[in-house]
Amino acid sequence: MIKTQGLSKRYGATVAVDDISFTVAPGEVLGFLGPNGAGKTTTMRMIAGFITPSSGTVSVSGHDVLQDPVRAKACIGYMPEGAPSYGEMTVAEFLDFIADLRGLRGEQRSRRKSTVIERLALAPVADQVIETLSKGFRRRVGLAQALIHDPQVLILDEPTDGLDPNQKHEVRRLINDLSKDKIVIVSTHILEEVHAVCTRAVIISQGRLVADDTPRALEARSRYHNAVTLRFDSNAQFAAARRDLQALPEVQQVEADERAWVLTAVPKPGAIALPAISALVMNNQWPVAELHLESGRLDEVFRSITQAPAASQVRL
Amino acid sequence: MNQTLSVLRRELRSYFATPLAYVFIVIFLVLAGVFTFQIGGFFERGQADLKSFFRWHPWLYLVLIPAISMRLWAEERNSGSIELLMTLPLTLGQAVLGKFLAAWFFAGIALLLTFPIWITVNYLGSPDNGAILAAYIGSWLMAGGFLAIGACLSAATRNQVIAFITAALVCFLFLLAGFPFVLDFVRGILPQSLVEAIASLSFFTHFDAISKGVIDLRDLLYFAALIGFWLTATALVLDMKKAD
Repeated sequence: MIKTQGLSKRYGATVAVDDISFTVAPGEVLGFLGPNGAGKTTTMRMIAGFITPSSGTVSVSGHDVLQDPVRAKACIGYMPEGAPSYGEMTVAEFLDFIADLRGLRGEQRSRRKSTVIERLALAPVADQVIETLSKGFRRRVGLAQALIHDPQVLILDEPTDGLDPNQKHEVRRLINDLSKDKIVIVSTHILEEVHAVCTRAVIISQGRLVADDTPRALEARSRYHNAVTLRFDSNAQFAAARRDLQALPEVQQVEADERAWVLTAVPKPGAIALPAISALVMNNQWPVAELHLESGRLDEVFRSITQAPAASQVRL
Repeated sequence: MNQTLSVLRRELRSYFATPLAYVFIVIFLVLAGVFTFQIGGFFERGQADLKSFFRWHPWLYLVLIPAISMRLWAEERNSGSIELLMTLPLTLGQAVLGKFLAAWFFAGIALLLTFPIWITVNYLGSPDNGAILAAYIGSWLMAGGFLAIGACLSAATRNQVIAFITAALVCFLFLLAGFPFVLDFVRGILPQSLVEAIASLSFFTHFDAISKGVIDLRDLLYFAALIGFWLTATALVLDMKKAD
């Protein structure tokens, strides 16, 4: 269990993190979203015990990070932004050092070490010096050190940054596997990742927590929630279809992409336009190649929440 | 204790992971030899002791010890690994102590490698080996003092060059405080008690006493207090500006 209460960090007159409170339970994968400089990294650093908050409290697995930092840190596996490590050490030496400080000894230590090396496919570079490795390998070394003591709480600052698509997929699978009985917090600015790994997403903007919901519920806030998209085979009835759609009582607005022959019918708030639209398609025999119902566009929600003027921000 | 040892081992190994350590030891040994035999006039003095060796140590350390201490924390800051170290389950004190001890042991290794000079003087005559041992201990303690100052100034920056220069400067002030011409100068302005306080802050005053073979509890306390003070300052500096 992670619990933050009124967490704030001020640097002089600048407020980096402003009164953030949330609770994360085991089994949850919490995604931290937000524009660059919004306070994601600062918040994670305060939970991991690197930065002291100006006010507020954090507790991890029942240990207060400020009162009992060593115990709290022992429960956490943390990968800082950019996955720093000691460049002059080999991967194996580095993992040994971390295992030492994590209190792993003897047989247990070698078992955990070979587990993380296997999990992150580090075997081919285990005896190489870290600073000679590619960015993708270094990132995986950072993940390996965070996992070596099989922590209850995993905090990963941009875990897939700099990885190729295959490696990204691997890391996401790893997070999904781990999340069954653990708490995972990941920060990201890749929105597709939220779908792939998170059970819950928090949006931070200008140091404030502006949304806290499941990815699905966040999408439902999109004006494209339940919108219907039609792709035409030819532009034969394209203009007529656009008019007909606009005339439907359920439809608020029709957006057209005339080059790709795509129409998107945005419904009025709360309205369901799909049955009426599919009836139109059938009756008029429009040359439709593709028709689908959108669940919402996360990037659009993200933009509208993080760019909204402060006064109209939604506070949950 | 275990945590301190883990940090110490890693740090000490990292010195030898690059050619830096070997280059440092070679320079230290060559300079120690040059000072002892050429400038110190080891043979000309015709005495079976190592005075001409030890009396140059403060000056050698002034240049060489900041070169050891500059990377202690500045490099951690620069590479970002400080964030990793500070979020592992160890206290700030354990990290500060572990890193300092590694640097101090490294300085000790360099110092021990000057043993051919000790063999030489024993071959040529019959020196007071007790006094030589005392001087070695005194020299190592002084190295610890220089290193503790260097550790603190290294913690304050992410730039190793700045860490080197500021450490050399502060160490230089600590050396100067014992010089007769400096003391004569301040004697004109300050009351006698303050002059003595300044003189007693100097490395020279205390190192001189030990290098003559007299291990006085006060001199040991001086170095212990000096190291303790600067390491506490290191921890405070780190605590205040961890993320900068």
